[in-house]
Amino acid sequence: MRHLLSTKDLSRDEAINLLDIAEDMADVAQREVKKLPTLRGKTVVNLFFEDSTRTRISFEAAAKRLSADVINFSAKGSSVSKGESLKDTAQTLAAIGADGVVIRHPASGAPAVLAASGWIDAGIINAGDGTHEHPTQALLDAFTIRRRIHGQASRSRGLDGVAVTIVGDVLHSRVARSNLWLLTTLGAEVTFVAPPTLLPSDTTLWPARFSFDLDDAIDAGPDVVMMLRIQTERMSAAFFPSSREYSRVWGLDDARFGRLAPASIVMHPGPMNRGLEISSAAADSANSTVLEQVTNGVSVRMAALYLLLSGDRKESKNVD
Amino acid sequence: MSIDGLQQHELHDSWLIRGATLPNGTRTDIRLAGGRIAELGTGLSQSGARVIDADGLIALPGLVDLHAHLREPGYEHSETVLSGSRAAARGGFTSVFAMANTLPAQDTAGVVEQVLALGESAGYVDVQPIGAVTVGLAGKQLAELGAMASSRARVRVFSDDGFCVSDPLLMRRALEYVKAFDGVIAQHSQEPRLTEKAQMNEGALSGELGLVGWPAVAEESIIARDVLLAEHVGSRLHVCHVSTAGSVDVIRWAKARGINVTAEVTPHHLLLTEDLVRGYDARFKVNPPLRAREDVEALRAGLADGTIDIVATDHAPHPVESKDCEWDAAANGMVGLESALSVVHAAVVATGLLDWADIERVLSRAPAQIGHLIGQGNPIAVGSPAELTLYDPAATRVFGRADLAGTSSNSPYLSMTLPGDVRATFHRGYATVLDGAVRSSLEIAGHARGIVTHG
Repeated sequence: MRHLLSTKDLSRDEAINLLDIAEDMADVAQREVKKLPTLRGKTVVNLFFEDSTRTRISFEAAAKRLSADVINFSAKGSSVSKGESLKDTAQTLAAIGADGVVIRHPASGAPAVLAASGWIDAGIINAGDGTHEHPTQALLDAFTIRRRIHGQASRSRGLDGVAVTIVGDVLHSRVARSNLWLLTTLGAEVTFVAPPTLLPSDTTLWPARFSFDLDDAIDAGPDVVMMLRIQTERMSAAFFPSSREYSRVWGLDDARFGRLAPASIVMHPGPMNRGLEISSAAADSANSTVLEQVTNGVSVRMAALYLLLSGDRKESKNVD
Repeated sequence: MSIDGLQQHELHDSWLIRGATLPNGTRTDIRLAGGRIAELGTGLSQSGARVIDADGLIALPGLVDLHAHLREPGYEHSETVLSGSRAAARGGFTSVFAMANTLPAQDTAGVVEQVLALGESAGYVDVQPIGAVTVGLAGKQLAELGAMASSRARVRVFSDDGFCVSDPLLMRRALEYVKAFDGVIAQHSQEPRLTEKAQMNEGALSGELGLVGWPAVAEESIIARDVLLAEHVGSRLHVCHVSTAGSVDVIRWAKARGINVTAEVTPHHLLLTEDLVRGYDARFKVNPPLRAREDVEALRAGLADGTIDIVATDHAPHPVESKDCEWDAAANGMVGLESALSVVHAAVVATGLLDWADIERVLSRAPAQIGHLIGQGNPIAVGSPAELTLYDPAATRVFGRADLAGTSSNSPYLSMTLPGDVRATFHRGYATVLDGAVRSSLEIAGHARGIVTHG
C-alpha cells in the first residue's frame, strides 16, 4: 500500500487484510513489552493543520509501538500560521527525511494533493481532511464492530448483513463518508439519519438508506447505532434551530437507548457532547464501544503504518 | 502556409491571402491593404503583396472576447495588458474587453483610460476596458459610470465581475442609469449567501468529495431577478458565464417574453464537467464552477438555438502558487484566450451543433454588437477593417505550455488533445500571428505607432 487516502478506494480484500493485521497488532498490546522493532529507523511525521489531540496521540502511540521515530508538526505557532504553503511544508518534511506523513487538514483533498504532488515521496496517511474522509476512523470502527460480533473468530471476516445506523451531521462528517464506503465494502447495510439540512443535497451516489426519523430507525432494530458529534456552531448557520430541539429529535436519549436490542452496539467517534447527541446512560452502557474504539484505534493505525512503511516501499503495490 | 514575394516598401501593409474558406463555405482570395479588406475574389494578382497560402484554412473575422481578465494595473505577476494581448492574438482575437477587477479597480475614467492606453501601445488587439458598476466592486455605491462612458475609453459595458451586484436596488439603478449612454450591465450572477465558501458544483459529487457546494439555484435566482428588473425598467442586461441548464431555461423564457437580455457561455463550460474535480487538481477550480454533463449539454443546445448569444473566455490568469496548493486555498479561474477557438471547435462544431458561420456570430459579430465596439465584428467584405483570423480546422495538437502566450499557465487543457490551430491573425491590416507564432512585441508596437519596422 503506497498511501491511505480514503476508504472508497479500498477493496474488500485490502480492508480485511488491514483489519487482520490490526488483530495481530492488538495481540502485541496484550504482551508485557508492547513494542515491535518493525519500523526502527523510519521517521513518521504527524502533520496536523487542525487541532486533534486524540487522533494525534493515537497515531503517535501506534508509530512508537512500531519503533518509528515520531515528529509532531502542529500548524499552530509554526511557519504555517505565518503563511507557509502546503507545498513548502511538504518539501521541508521531505528534506528532513520523513518516510511517512500522517496529515490532518481542514481542506478536503489536501492529502490527495500531497500524494499526487511530487513534493514529497513519503507514504501519506489521511488523518482527516475537511469534510471528506477519515479512513483510519472508519477502519477502527469496522474493527470494533467485527470484534464485538465475532470476537476471537474475527480474522478474515467482513461485516456481511450487519445493519449500521449513523446519526447526526452527515453533511460535514468525514467519519460518515469513510464509514459509508468501508462498511458497504465489507457487506454492512448503512442507514443515515439526520435533519434534511445536515444531509448532502444529492445522495444518489451513496449506497445507503436515508431517514429523517430516528425513532423509526431505532425501531428497525439496527445492530449498530453510531452517533456523530454535532457542532453547536452549525446553529448559527441555520442548519437547525437549537441544541434542545436537536437533542429531542435526533439525540440518542435514555428512552431511545432503552428501545435498542440488548446486543446492539452504541458507537461514537468522540469527543462526545453528553446530553446533546448522546445521553450519559447510553455512552456509559455495556453497549457502548467508545473506549474500545480508542484502544482499537492504535491497533488499526499500527496496521496502516506497517502496510505503508515496512519493507521496500518502491516495490509495494500502489493503491492510492 | 508560405510567404513569398516580399516587397520591402509594402511589407506590412499589403497581404494577399490565397484560397481561404469563408465561414459560409465559399473559397476566395483576400487582399488586405491600407488596414482594410481591399479585394475579394479568385485569382487576385499578387501586385506587391506578401502572399499567404490559405488552402484548407478558414478565414474568420477577428474574434472578439467580451470577457477577459488582463490583470493590469495591480496584478502584473499574473498578466499584463501586453501579455494578455499576446495571448489573445495567439487565440485569433483582435479585440478583448478587459474586466474591471484590477487594482485599483477600473471604476474611474482615469483607470479605464490607462488600460486603453496600455492596449493601444501593445498593439496586438483592441483592448476595450469594462467599467466597474460600483466603487471598488464593493457593491455599495455606483461608480462614475457616466465619466467612464464619456472618457476616451468610451466604456459601454459595466460589470463587477468576480462579484455579483446582489443588492436589488443598486442593480435596478445601474440598469436604469446606463440607458443614458446605451450601456449594458454585465452581471456575474451569484447569490452571495447561497454560495458562502462554495468550492464546486453542488451535487452528488460535492457530497462525496466533501467540498462545499455552489448550487445552480444561486445563479438561476439572480438571473431570474435581473431579467425581471431589466423588463421593469426597460434596460439592457448581459449575463456573464452562464453555467447551468436552469439558467438557459430562464434566459430562454426571458427572450421569449421580449426582455432585452443577452448571455455568454465560456469555452470551458461547453467542454469540461465537474468530474475533473475528483483529483482535487486546482487547475479545474473556476467560478462559476464546472457543472454536470446535463448542464454542458443544455449550454451547447442554448448556444445552438440562440438563447445564449456569445462565447466569452473569462480568461483568468493566476500565478503558479495560486494553483499549486490544496483545493480550498486555490484561486478560481483558468486562462482561456489561446485555447478558446479550439475548445469551441471541439465542443460544438465537431459535434455538429454549430457551423463556422455560427462561430463567426458567437465569437465575433455578436460580442462586438453587445459591447457596441466599433471596427470589430464586421463580415469579411470589401471595405471592412482588416481584422481577420486564419484557422486550420484539420489540425490536431496536444495542447501544451508552448501554445500559451500570456504570463500564466493555469490552463485546464494542458496535455489534452484539441482540434484546430490558429495559423495567422491580422489586426488593423498587420499580422500579429504568422505561421502559428505570435510576432514580437517590438514589431507589433511599431505597427501600433504607425511605424513600419523592417527586419
